[in-house]
Amino acid sequence: MAASLVAAAPLDAAAPLAMNAAGWLLALAQTALFVAAAPLFAGWIKRVKCWLQNRQPPPLAQGYRDLRRLFAKRVRLADQASVVFRIAPYLVFGATILAAAVTPFLSVNLPTAAITDAIALTGFFAFARFFLALAGMDIGTAFGGMGSSREMTLSALAEPAMLMALFTVAMVASSTNLATVITSIETQMVMTRPSLWFAAFGFLLVAVAETGRIPVDNPATHLELTMIHEAMILEYGGRHLGMLEWAAQLKLLVYAVLAINIFNPWGIAHEDSASALGLAIAAMAGKLLVLGIVLAVTETLQAKLRLFRVPVFLMLAFTLALGGMLSFIILEAG
Amino acid sequence: MSQSRFTWLPKLLSRLAKSRLALSECPDAPRPALAYGVQAEDWGRLPVYLQEQGCRFAGLWAEVRDGRLAVLACVEKQGDYLVFETEVPIAKPELGSWSPVYPGANRLERHARDLLGLVFLNSPDARRWTRHQAWGEDEHPLRKDFPAEGHGSAPTPADAGYPFERVEGEAVYEIPVGPVHAGIIEPGHFRFHALGETVLNLEARLGYVHKGIEKLAEGRDGAGLLRLAARVSGDSAVAHAWAAAQALERTSGAEVPERGLMLRALLAERERIANHLGDIGAICNDVGFSFAHMQFGRLRELWLRRNAALFGHRLLFDTLVPGGVARNLDKDGVLALLADCRALRKEVTSLFPVLRDSQSLRDRLMGAGVLAKDQAQRLGCLGFVARASGIDYDLRRDHGYAPYERLSLEHPLHQAGDVAARVLQRAEEIYASLGAIRQLLDRLPHGPIAVSLKPPEPGTRGLGLVDGWRGEILSYVRFGEGGRVSRYFPRDPSWFNWPALEVLIHGNIVPDFPVCNKSINGSYAGVDL
Repeated sequence: MAASLVAAAPLDAAAPLAMNAAGWLLALAQTALFVAAAPLFAGWIKRVKCWLQNRQPPPLAQGYRDLRRLFAKRVRLADQASVVFRIAPYLVFGATILAAAVTPFLSVNLPTAAITDAIALTGFFAFARFFLALAGMDIGTAFGGMGSSREMTLSALAEPAMLMALFTVAMVASSTNLATVITSIETQMVMTRPSLWFAAFGFLLVAVAETGRIPVDNPATHLELTMIHEAMILEYGGRHLGMLEWAAQLKLLVYAVLAINIFNPWGIAHEDSASALGLAIAAMAGKLLVLGIVLAVTETLQAKLRLFRVPVFLMLAFTLALGGMLSFIILEAG
Repeated sequence: MSQSRFTWLPKLLSRLAKSRLALSECPDAPRPALAYGVQAEDWGRLPVYLQEQGCRFAGLWAEVRDGRLAVLACVEKQGDYLVFETEVPIAKPELGSWSPVYPGANRLERHARDLLGLVFLNSPDARRWTRHQAWGEDEHPLRKDFPAEGHGSAPTPADAGYPFERVEGEAVYEIPVGPVHAGIIEPGHFRFHALGETVLNLEARLGYVHKGIEKLAEGRDGAGLLRLAARVSGDSAVAHAWAAAQALERTSGAEVPERGLMLRALLAERERIANHLGDIGAICNDVGFSFAHMQFGRLRELWLRRNAALFGHRLLFDTLVPGGVARNLDKDGVLALLADCRALRKEVTSLFPVLRDSQSLRDRLMGAGVLAKDQAQRLGCLGFVARASGIDYDLRRDHGYAPYERLSLEHPLHQAGDVAARVLQRAEEIYASLGAIRQLLDRLPHGPIAVSLKPPEPGTRGLGLVDGWRGEILSYVRFGEGGRVSRYFPRDPSWFNWPALEVLIHGNIVPDFPVCNKSINGSYAGVDL
């Protein structure tokens, strides 16, 4: 994926560190690690949830086994499936990988992070969502259409809140470039900036909604009528389903990494040395473990929201993000 | 039967006499009910007066009798049961419908029509019900000329062309759900009409697990009947078997020994607790609260394992035999059960406050799927569904059958009629059943656990009335030559609770349907028969 970006993306002058081949190699390796770690993170949350429910958790490798099973299976398509249905998994998976590629994971010193910004990242997710919703409606079953309709309704509320939270941090850092934002926030005292606290809480709420976790959606449900994300992918099987599941896990990890790196970036590598990257890996792994526990605990403590309460939930996220921006303008700017 | 029984009957009879409705008392009434014969042309008129006198509709079924079709309907008032029957010639099997007065009669009438070819003339809904595509419109599997093995073994075509109710309008869309679901539940089809997410209309289409229970019962002996009854609805194995056993024992005039009765009640209460535990957890799971699902699932599992260890079957299949129970309980068993009860009481006492205090759970369950008392009364809802809507009817107390009349039971009651009320009702019924089990074990007398029955005389019949965990189960059994069953009709409470789902879902949103459905938890197998 990163290789295709070389040809497509013009390198601007603000990205002086992205010139060498080693940088691109590192970006590639980091993206590969990102994609590979996604099932592990989802498995970790599941494991903590199992512990909290006094259950025997499945092995951490279960996520990979499931994917292997799905990729080994034959794809069965509905008679009415159009080309949209068939290409959607590739587009969704591809766009999510691109989103992962441009997200600073272990290092800010990345060519991929330098050439894109937070708005492009949101765009990748919007692109994936668009095709997923199309695919949900493509077969013409009631569930797919229902899922697509719910997804679009919620995204209309989630995306503004998401952008508002990102704009707040962008204003703090005077840039929408994620690498710049992270570097800037790392050098500032996050604790003393109310705007960042607001933005962080707003972002976390949106992230829960966007990744289809409880209390907004239930990734483990078997009830067709209550599903949002699962309803759209109900008709998929085989490697198509594998890609969509993997994309969902990757999306969860991207949001987790964003939350960690924007609001709590200590330990992230600024240079390509082995020691810096080693520290970054250790710090990121530790922070993901903690975040996974937090997610699992909140999901265990709560029931899923009634669907019509979700807009209220997202409104809260938007208000928090807006509050972050206002407090920056009123209290911190100037 | 005590002296105070049927105190309301003279008034009803005089009301019927005043309306020139001729009745003839049947000497062979299926005990414990009284039975009256009615002229076929008066049949459609009868329910008007019954309802006026406050009788609750409790069941309707038909049977073939010497080349004629006999139709029987049962009503209840103050815990006493009354059966009305009429006969129509098989060549012209037409009579009036009870559905306009008692909506709960509708599906039972359609069932009788599909299986026996009865025509209910002024029925508001005369679509097929139990019949899908396995037999033709002119065939009637319960008639004597229809072979029990059916016609041939060709695969049954999928059920198509059922005329669902339609809702038309801008932006109204239809959601077909099932019969195959994404989870492991019984098959049933639900047709929603929704506007946005709001349910405008819901129609259930059942009958996918029609097994021909009524046909299979024909020619069985008492033991065979009980084995079959335990399989009417697998989650109510004890209750259905007990109801069939009551009917059998009443026809042969047998007295079940005290210890046998106590053990039956013990099994029935254990069944109730197991189902309540499982369902409370499942309701929580349907709103994504999996902590409670796991905890209640664990408690149910421990409970079922004890069933397997002491009674030989996790779901208590075939624990009842004609005249008593199959397995005795030794002293260690009693102690183990008492310890179980104490442990369970302690566990649920620490779990229920978690459910009660969970803000997000309350938000989902309170106000969802409200069944008003008058709606529940109109449909004839039973069991915890009725009791959560303020209808205080408990067969164990109000009809009173051995050994319950000697126990002092708690009778929880709720008024709100929403999902939360049904959960609370069932939670409190767990405590009530624990109390009942404790009393049963404390007073368990020594003695035999079963008596042997002499085969019932040909033509005798009996009713079984048992409060299963879903509510009143009514079983009608008639015996033919050699003490073999000639007609068995088990009326599961789900016949009256399923229609409640279609009513209470109105105005709720589509994603709340699973939890509303689970809070009723009608039996598919029990009504598909």
